[in-house]
Amino acid sequence: MSRSLLDLTAAQLGAAVREGRTPAGELLTASLDRLAETHAGNDGLNAIVHQVGADDSAMQPLAMGPLAGVPVAIKDNLATRTLPTTCGSRILDGWVSPYEATAVRKLREAGAIVIGKTNREVFAMGSSTEHSAFGPSRNPHDRRRAPGGSSGGSAAAVAVGIAPIALGSETGGSVRQPAAFCGIVGVKPTYGRVSRYGLVAFASSLDCVAPFGRTVDDAALATEIISGHDPLDATSAAHTVPAMRVGPGPLAGLVVGVPKEYFPDSLMPEVRAICDRALEALRAQGATIREVSLPHTPYAIPVYYIIAPAEASANLARFDGVRYGMRIEVDGVQAMYGATRAAGFGAEVTRRILLGTYVLSAGYYDAYYRKAQEVRALIARDFTDVFASGVHVLFTPTTPTPAFALGAISDPYEMYLSDIYTVTANLAGIPGISLPIGRVHGLPVGGQVLAPAFDEPTMFRAAYALEAALGAEAHR
Amino acid sequence: MGVTPDDVRHVATLARLSIPEGELASYVEQLNAILGHMEALQQVPSSGAAAAADAARPGMALRADAVGPMPLTRPAAEFAPELRDGFFLVPRLATHEDAGEGA
Repeated sequence: MSRSLLDLTAAQLGAAVREGRTPAGELLTASLDRLAETHAGNDGLNAIVHQVGADDSAMQPLAMGPLAGVPVAIKDNLATRTLPTTCGSRILDGWVSPYEATAVRKLREAGAIVIGKTNREVFAMGSSTEHSAFGPSRNPHDRRRAPGGSSGGSAAAVAVGIAPIALGSETGGSVRQPAAFCGIVGVKPTYGRVSRYGLVAFASSLDCVAPFGRTVDDAALATEIISGHDPLDATSAAHTVPAMRVGPGPLAGLVVGVPKEYFPDSLMPEVRAICDRALEALRAQGATIREVSLPHTPYAIPVYYIIAPAEASANLARFDGVRYGMRIEVDGVQAMYGATRAAGFGAEVTRRILLGTYVLSAGYYDAYYRKAQEVRALIARDFTDVFASGVHVLFTPTTPTPAFALGAISDPYEMYLSDIYTVTANLAGIPGISLPIGRVHGLPVGGQVLAPAFDEPTMFRAAYALEAALGAEAHR
Repeated sequence: MGVTPDDVRHVATLARLSIPEGELASYVEQLNAILGHMEALQQVPSSGAAAAADAARPGMALRADAVGPMPLTRPAAEFAPELRDGFFLVPRLATHEDAGEGA
């Protein structure tokens, strides 16, 4: 019974609990059993790092909505009541937030039960979930491989059915990339669509709370629930939230752009072939496929790795041994700051803070930071121009390759390149979705649909149709 | 525009990070390698693009400048390491010490 329960979608489970066909307690037990089973042994997934206690009322649903009794997992950089919020770091070891993230509260208001916090790269800086104070998470499809990152724990938890829905966060692709690596669906909403209140800030002009689901419908349901204006986040948009569960249907009249910069000659041939099959499926549903150009794409990674560390260097100043987290007691307050931060951040965080401070420092600001902001505007204009030319959505691979082996990438810049197809949406503030479209050597490959800002319904329309058209082919 | 060990010492001080001397060379090498990739941006004609984009963006809605209740799930005493008379206790800050010495 338990196993089949966790194979149902969040929408089906919520309906079963609401209609009294399944007790919520049975669902929670099934989820925790699946968690125990997948986390056992030396090659356990290590996806969930803080687990809810049986009597923890703070994690329980607040109402019986569409997610009644549905277990959800939350990335460890979103503030929750009672469960720790540590960002996978030593510096926030054991820290419990005095407030709750808006997105988490909205899920609980829809009936969800928070079953745990998920592993992630320290302060969301990374693309593999290997660098966490809790150790690496593993890819459910091949435990020797990375689940992607930084929201790798949430992706792995959804892929094995611990929860049908999980929250992650994106700064440069940290939900779409692990969704692709783990064979599930990941959504990056438009910047401003979902409140960032309670999301530990990494790069505030890029950060988004972003959901995972096993199906497009569950991902659309979760996106719809967590969306909406929030007075507690000054960057939250006042736009009305449209219906996102548009369902599969014909794509007549839809123009799908294929940006040539995302299909370079060097693209892995197997990934290209799977993308071609997906484009054929979109065409068969009635869509028109058109090649387009986003000429500033090659500059996205340099721009991202100037702007994100610059913002991070400012945001992470608060972790100083006084305002948050651990403190190393030494003589002199400057020495205390330095020792606390050196001990509490890992190598990648230290590297990015140094980089961010450098590009903002006197003499280098114009050459790096101002230049990056200008090129970022050109990247955003590429998208505006393409969408203004009559293209409704864009289709690309989510990542250049399937999941890489744990420990395979040691050069920081090479790791940054795994985000090459996802960072552009964060820089431009537009929505994107990754969904499974095939496999290479048994490993999932993700396809990405990008849409204009605040047009998630059209993005989901294409994703629903693609999921329906590919059917079982998406998983082989 | 190469990064030197002194540059790393300088930004580490600005960022309040203690970098052991033994790790300095590695950070110098890594920052130079990463910044080397950033040089590509200098080829892009972009003058004024950011200002134009900012002007086109709608302004951020600001809430009233009024004190409201903080939506805390538990009282400060439960999460502050040290609290006295309703105030958070923090380590004595060097700037205050310096001001005292100079007065």
